[in-house]
Amino acid sequence: MTTTATRTTRASFRDGVNRALDDAMASDRRVIVFGEDVADREGGGVLTVTKGLSEKYGTSRVRSTPISEQAIVGAAVGAAIAGARPVAEIMLNNFLRVAADQLANHAAKLRYMSGGQTTVPLTVRTICGAAGGFGAQHSDILDSEFAHVAGLKIVAPATPSDAYGLLRSCIEDEDPCLFLEHLKLYFGGPKEVLADVPERIPLGSARIARAGTDVTVVTYSQTVHDALAAAKAVAADGIDVEVIDLRTIAPWDEQTVLESAARTRRIVVAHESAVPFGIGGEISSRIHEELFSQLAGPVLRVGSAHTPVPFAAALESAYLINASTIETAIRKATKA
Amino acid sequence: MPASTKIISAVDLYRTMYTIKECDDQFWTLMQSGQVVLNYYSPRGQEAVATGICAALDSTDYLVTTYRGLHDHLAKGVPLSDLWAEFLGRATGTCKGKGGPMHITHPDSGLMVTTGVVGSGLPIANGFALWSQINGDGRVTACSFGDGASNIGAFHEALNLASVWKLPVIFVCHNNLYAEHTALAAGTGVTRIADRAASYGMVGVQVDGNDPLAVRDAAAEAVARARAGEGPTLIEAVTFRFRGHQFGDPGEYIDKAEMAAARERDPLPRLRARLLDEFGASPDELTALEDEVRAAVTQAAKDALATPEPSVEELFTDVFATTAGGAA
Repeated sequence: MTTTATRTTRASFRDGVNRALDDAMASDRRVIVFGEDVADREGGGVLTVTKGLSEKYGTSRVRSTPISEQAIVGAAVGAAIAGARPVAEIMLNNFLRVAADQLANHAAKLRYMSGGQTTVPLTVRTICGAAGGFGAQHSDILDSEFAHVAGLKIVAPATPSDAYGLLRSCIEDEDPCLFLEHLKLYFGGPKEVLADVPERIPLGSARIARAGTDVTVVTYSQTVHDALAAAKAVAADGIDVEVIDLRTIAPWDEQTVLESAARTRRIVVAHESAVPFGIGGEISSRIHEELFSQLAGPVLRVGSAHTPVPFAAALESAYLINASTIETAIRKATKA
Repeated sequence: MPASTKIISAVDLYRTMYTIKECDDQFWTLMQSGQVVLNYYSPRGQEAVATGICAALDSTDYLVTTYRGLHDHLAKGVPLSDLWAEFLGRATGTCKGKGGPMHITHPDSGLMVTTGVVGSGLPIANGFALWSQINGDGRVTACSFGDGASNIGAFHEALNLASVWKLPVIFVCHNNLYAEHTALAAGTGVTRIADRAASYGMVGVQVDGNDPLAVRDAAAEAVARARAGEGPTLIEAVTFRFRGHQFGDPGEYIDKAEMAAARERDPLPRLRARLLDEFGASPDELTALEDEVRAAVTQAAKDALATPEPSVEELFTDVFATTAGGAA
């Protein structure tokens, strides 16, 4: 595996994240990276995402930590207030629940509680999502869980260039950001040629991943690729689907979504986490509040099962949202 | 140390301790009379711990404290007027009335975080110390917490990480012998919290938390160790909490004889007697100091009561530093 993308190779999702960290550390000495096994002596991260950074920038700025999630996120909180730009890695999204006090009670609130005297410009990177039978405690996407906390920004890229551009923006942002990296994007996600100087992607700005006129699918992260596959499948039947990749979950790009919804009048919200109490409920409600009389039918929501993520391959497959479940929802929307 | 410096220093410690006591008394009076309503966690009895620790810190050093933090706020130098206004939820408070007594922040004094969650300050203190270590600014971070916090996971994670990274941090356990309503022995597996430092390869010292000079000396050693790059220290300052866990708690779970014995060790009259006996202070000098402090606190209380509450527009400010698109 190459450790850095060159202008001639196609960059993987991992390359996008690695290069964003590398470029951020090169351009700003305040950027520091720490988490479990992230330094090169420990392998540069479980997925080698941080490989090469400690050799290049030293083990003062790039540190492996003990398996201590509260200590990791807490250290990011303090360092951020003191003036650093910490990028803390919590290996898996589920483990962020161990450090939820630091992220939700402290990182998100210390600016507000101080009356704006302090800011907490930290980024927490974490792998999320179900793939490969990791089971119930290693596969969750805690999007709605943290989106409900005032004071956090939540980002979930779907492509290598978005991973690069959004991570640079998170690190440069003055507020605490949670950066969700879907496991599947590290294994078989699309590759892209990154520019010599890749662009930053502003937070809160969605991307039209596929332009269409009949149905809008609003989605993010790995599910973008399932939605694009579903759009391709129904195109054969003359259904022209617009796919919106939110890129940032909180704050989400209401303007882009509402403009698209007003055009197509048929909307499906799709995400890997379960439907009940999820992100789709919020997006659906906002569309109904703004466009109720203009819609051809109700906004539909589709997600994975509202169960713990199972182990057996057949069960994990049955649990997961996929192109087929999104396709079914698209066809249902067109019948409205 | 020249005698004159010692006199000035010890009297200064007394001034800080008397300011803490006077603030506590006046908050108590205002709450009892119903003039103000606030969630209040009295530091009465623990004045010497904060005063001794902060006497060993520079103004640029950091302090992270906890909801029973009034003594720390004052000892670190948060201005009386700003602090009083914040405790009463006024627009002129340190945090514009949005934090309150449990969330005081005043970076100009180095008072960086006051957390309302037991034990959560320790991992954050490591973060301040981490950045000082990386950028070489020479600052030390002190972190206050109670004996109850030594039983929560964050304490153990933070001490371990601080030791592994040799962070310039001082963990200060204000051991007032009660975790909320639970006595130390009923909830803690060791009798000396300082002993827990050994688990993390860290220096742990127990000190008389009712003696500000002893606390200051222990803190000075820890500060020197931290600044020399030799890592963290756990200081256990044994003290007592004279009022209940919070305003409204009569503290009936504390034995009367235990309370009476603790009051015999009240750090204020004890230091006052030493100032007169050992440090050559005069009764008139100390009475004048006490009158002056009382007047200043009375004025701060009066000013805070006269200032307005925040405007309701403040509800929505300071949630984010930047909104989407980069606009503030």
